[in-house]
Amino acid sequence: MTAPIEVSGAEVEAQPDAVLAGLGKKVEGRSLGQIAWLRLRRDKVAIAGGFMVIFLVLVAIFAPLISGWFGHPPNEYHQDLIDPVLSGPKGKLGGIDGHFLLGVEPITGRDMFSRIVYGAQISLLVAFLATLLSVVIGVVMGMIAGFFGGWVDTLIARVMDVFLAFPILVFAIALAGVMPDSAFGLQGNTLRVAVLIFIIGFFNWPYIGRIIRGQTLSLREREFVDAARGLGARPSYIIFREILPNLLAPIIVYATLMIPSNILFEAALSFLGVGVIPPTPSWGGMLSQAVPLYNVDPWFMLFPGLAIFLTVMAFNLFGDGLRDALDPRANR
Amino acid sequence: MIAYIARRLVLAVVLMLVISAVTFMIFFLVPRIAGVNSDALAARYAGKAPTPQQIVDIKHRLGFDKPLVVQYGEYAKGLVAGRSFDNGGDKIWCNAPCFGYSFKTDQPVRQLLTDRAPITFSIALGAAILWLISGVIAGVISALRKGSITDRVVMLIALAGVSLPVFFTALVAQALMRKANPSATIQYVNLADNPVGWAQNLILPWVTLALLYAALYARLTRAGMLDTMSEDYIRTARAKGLPERTVIVRHALRGTLTPILTIFGLDLGLLLGGAFLTETAFSMHGLGQLALAAINENDLPVVLGVTTLTAGFVVIANLAVDLLYAVVDPRVRIG
Repeated sequence: MTAPIEVSGAEVEAQPDAVLAGLGKKVEGRSLGQIAWLRLRRDKVAIAGGFMVIFLVLVAIFAPLISGWFGHPPNEYHQDLIDPVLSGPKGKLGGIDGHFLLGVEPITGRDMFSRIVYGAQISLLVAFLATLLSVVIGVVMGMIAGFFGGWVDTLIARVMDVFLAFPILVFAIALAGVMPDSAFGLQGNTLRVAVLIFIIGFFNWPYIGRIIRGQTLSLREREFVDAARGLGARPSYIIFREILPNLLAPIIVYATLMIPSNILFEAALSFLGVGVIPPTPSWGGMLSQAVPLYNVDPWFMLFPGLAIFLTVMAFNLFGDGLRDALDPRANR
Repeated sequence: MIAYIARRLVLAVVLMLVISAVTFMIFFLVPRIAGVNSDALAARYAGKAPTPQQIVDIKHRLGFDKPLVVQYGEYAKGLVAGRSFDNGGDKIWCNAPCFGYSFKTDQPVRQLLTDRAPITFSIALGAAILWLISGVIAGVISALRKGSITDRVVMLIALAGVSLPVFFTALVAQALMRKANPSATIQYVNLADNPVGWAQNLILPWVTLALLYAALYARLTRAGMLDTMSEDYIRTARAKGLPERTVIVRHALRGTLTPILTIFGLDLGLLLGGAFLTETAFSMHGLGQLALAAINENDLPVVLGVTTLTAGFVVIANLAVDLLYAVVDPRVRIG
């Protein structure tokens, strides 16, 4: 791949012995992508994060199967397992046993394991699609601002400033609150999820937009862009064929780092009651139900909270590692 | 310097206008795009099964019968110069800054805001002091001992900190508090009445909220510090024989702090307008809770009041930071 890679100080030192010893061997060239991959592979923590991410994605995709094998349907009530006086689960540890791997919900007795597994679906779906939306808007706006400069740049940069100072949470809550039950041919939860994706994606694009703008500004001055211009290439050709491929590394890195913050955002909205509509399971929604019940059943808040924490942590670890591998100026 | 401040002031005013306009749009334009007309909108504020005449009255009283631009113009004028309200015959004058009256309870919004603001301010300001100090110190230590065990431990904690949702930490903190002392509760007490009780009740919200931001700031400070330490002027400072302490505090930290102050202004401004998650998780009735309840009841003036106030805080915090810049960073003063 094509990130501008600088050689760090230690590697430049002359090593005549090594050179002489290597004379007989065949010298193999490495592409920048290979170098990045080698670096990433050495980063054990990042690789662990990567495996965790893959695992979570698989859990989300195969949620119905997993819940079928190891649990009960996510919305099935098991009130026989609930203490009628305290309304908490009868068993110890929130009702954990061989049939209910993570115990049951207080009051309703729904299977926590299934609800956590299904919760991954909404969480990852919203986070991925919202990130995609932000990346598309951010990359296009950032490249336009950086490449054309002048008043276009000033305008886009100001718009980004305004966006960054927005009380996004309030808007998101208000927007989800005023949405009718059906609109744009969608209804119920489908509409709500679409609205969530739109809000989170639309308000977060300036974060990646600023980075892309900065990178484009410096790429624009490079020789290969001059060469393309000299050959008579149109701006659209230069932007998409010359500059965009060089932005791939930062796009991948910052997209990976946006996913965890979007997971937190979705969880926050569901926690505040404007996210996914119950009874569809969502981690944030489960935590908001746990607020009045933390006395009765502390285990109820533990599992959704840990699910959010571990998911976000996995993406952060992987994203940090990816950044260190792809961006040589990052502090290794 | 004057041009710099003037530019910032213009941006500040634009920001306030845009934010209140967008809030307006969310409440009136979005339902319309989604297919709700103004009759149905007005019906939300009437009782069950309203008569057509009632709906017309409500539309008139709330101003829904005027074009959107006029409604917004009147609101903006009220903020700056005050405005009069038509209350079915007699007119009521509302002094500037006029945030209007709640659609639901008819209370003046300004009153609601000033009632709730102390709670949010107490949470946000206390946490901000805590996270700025601890985050920056942790980041600097980490950067100076890059690669050491200390660095790794601090950065691991910081990574965990940014991965923890604040509402989960808040719940865990409360559960632990209950375990230690089953009768303990968290309830806001007025600072003027009982300063000790005020601080005691706020410790958990402060620590919970500060943990998240401190982790974020520690990561930012470390990265910034490592960048600055490799600058030429640091080498120059060392070469001319300055003690290491002076190099770090006077030169490196100064360069690192400027971008962090910008983010700090933004974060603090947004929080002052409502610490939504913290307030909800600790059941404290600050501005965030006020806005949440208002959104559930479609009470536009109250929501508008909170967002406008938030925008105001962001703008003021930004201005303060920009002015501080001129002190911290000589390039701004001269350039």
